[in-house]
Amino acid sequence: MSTSAENTVIESPEDSAITTTQTDNKPATDYAEILYNGIWKNNPALVQLLGLCPLLAVTSTVVNAIGLGLATLIVLVGANAAVSLIRNHVTEAVRLPAFVMIIASFVTSIELIMQAYTYELYQILGIFIPLIVTNCAILGRADAYAARNPLLPSIVDGFMMGMGFMIVLILLGAMRELVGQGTLFTDMSLLFGDMASNWKITVFSDYPDVLFAILPPGAFIGLGFLIATKNYWDQKEKARLDKLKANQEKVSRRVRVTG
Amino acid sequence: MALLRITSPHTQRTGHRTAWIMQMVILATLPGLLVQTWLFGWGTFIQVLIAIATALVCEAAVLKLRGRSIMFFLQDYSAVLTALLLALALPPSVPWWLTVTGVAFSIIVAKQLYGGLGNNPFNPAMIGYALLLVSFPVPMTQWFGAYEVTAANEVMAFTDSIKLIFTGAIEGAHAVDAYTIDAYTMATPLDAFKHKEGLMSSEAFATLPALQPANINAFFWINMAYLAGGLFLLYLRVITWHTPVALLSALAIIAGFFYIIDSSNAASSWFHLTTGAAMFGAFFIATDPVSSCTSNRGKLFYGAGIGILIYIIRTWGGYPDAIAFAVLLMNFAAPFIDYYAQPRTYGHKEAKKGLKTGGDNP
Repeated sequence: MSTSAENTVIESPEDSAITTTQTDNKPATDYAEILYNGIWKNNPALVQLLGLCPLLAVTSTVVNAIGLGLATLIVLVGANAAVSLIRNHVTEAVRLPAFVMIIASFVTSIELIMQAYTYELYQILGIFIPLIVTNCAILGRADAYAARNPLLPSIVDGFMMGMGFMIVLILLGAMRELVGQGTLFTDMSLLFGDMASNWKITVFSDYPDVLFAILPPGAFIGLGFLIATKNYWDQKEKARLDKLKANQEKVSRRVRVTG
Repeated sequence: MALLRITSPHTQRTGHRTAWIMQMVILATLPGLLVQTWLFGWGTFIQVLIAIATALVCEAAVLKLRGRSIMFFLQDYSAVLTALLLALALPPSVPWWLTVTGVAFSIIVAKQLYGGLGNNPFNPAMIGYALLLVSFPVPMTQWFGAYEVTAANEVMAFTDSIKLIFTGAIEGAHAVDAYTIDAYTMATPLDAFKHKEGLMSSEAFATLPALQPANINAFFWINMAYLAGGLFLLYLRVITWHTPVALLSALAIIAGFFYIIDSSNAASSWFHLTTGAAMFGAFFIATDPVSSCTSNRGKLFYGAGIGILIYIIRTWGGYPDAIAFAVLLMNFAAPFIDYYAQPRTYGHKEAKKGLKTGGDNP
């Protein structure tokens, strides 16, 4: 299952952000690295900017965001696992159709499950459930990671990427719901059943609905602010590290001169 | 030897700094502001004050965050002008928080996030207006009518305007709130004409209260006031004639074309030019030097594009007037137009570009 597939590793377009962990002597996969990549450094929504269509379209409330995020997460994990299993048995020529078939099967299953258990949410999300098939984040992970990594790392990678995507979805959903309607967690019962019926928090009472935030332009601007915030943090962290490095270099140089 | 450092064109007095241009535009809006106050009460005047205060606070706050010199940029009056233009475009009765939201969005998002004055691809005032119109369609379409044709039959008093804007309701003889404000408001002539619902033009003008001469004249005088302000700016050479003339003639020609084809359903060019925000848009919005075209030939295409879009959105679109959306759409196109409308340098031949490679090419 986890044999090193050196001679069958498919040559695929370079993906600079991913460091393949496979070498001749198979070092232990760095799961912390996968986590960091999925949630922060290579976040599908904030850095790769993949899957923007559902991201922008359905994040008008938290419950919609969680619904779509969960569906995408499950598809990502399933697709990564399946692709990883067949990675040594499909040729390069047919790999993309094979991946798409796998993804489409998972999406169809999810769609049927949602139709059975969360029918109202299924109706609200509408076309965006079947459209998960076209979410580039999923095909991207299948091709860039799962197609050349063993089963367990692939599953973890799918889970972390899905989590990164879902976190952004929920953040954006919360922002838009708060600005648009002045509430948080409305209609959570659509997803979590009757126990969630009183989870709704009315932050501002007597609030005029700001349609702009609920409509797609609000999603674009909200996502812009999220990306800007992430870049700001990254920049600050980089400046801090650079400063640290510069200080260290200064110290070592002085040592060399006097020594 | 006196070495004068004056950039071309050598037709203006020197020392026309940004602040002077902004001040002149502000001055040129005064006739419009006065007529709007005269006809529709003190609402617009109060909105202007709210907007300017908000703009200055927002501009100072963002400049502080960006680590720029606060007083230097506040003194160029650009934030004041943006706020003023947005406030003039708002209905007089909108609640104060709506004006504050719109101006804050204009200054913070549409202007400063793009890099401040000179870097904004879109007209900040119109971004704020579009945001408000999309978000709060009900208060944003409650325009006052001329007092002769409204139920209240008088211009709203100063204290009542303040009460309405800050508390949302007026008590007393003319008690109104957000729901009963119909006593003062009515559809604008453009809106009434757009929704005449199967009436012929002549019937609409005969029966609809918003299309009575008193109401049409009110909007006519507002347009004339802005036209006067615009001519003042032309005289000072703060703006060139290209954009407004192209805009107004494109609007008049396309409106005239459809009026000739179907005069029982379409409105005349005169109606389109004098009952909406055409003059305000042509002289004060479309001529924004930052977000419009820079070459003179480009300005002609830019203005004509806005004029045509205004007619299209007014006639077949979802909103009664269209200055904001038309200007924003053409702001998108302005760099593209400028690229193809570059003036030829003196002494150079026409550039060979695109598919126009003639036979003399190797």
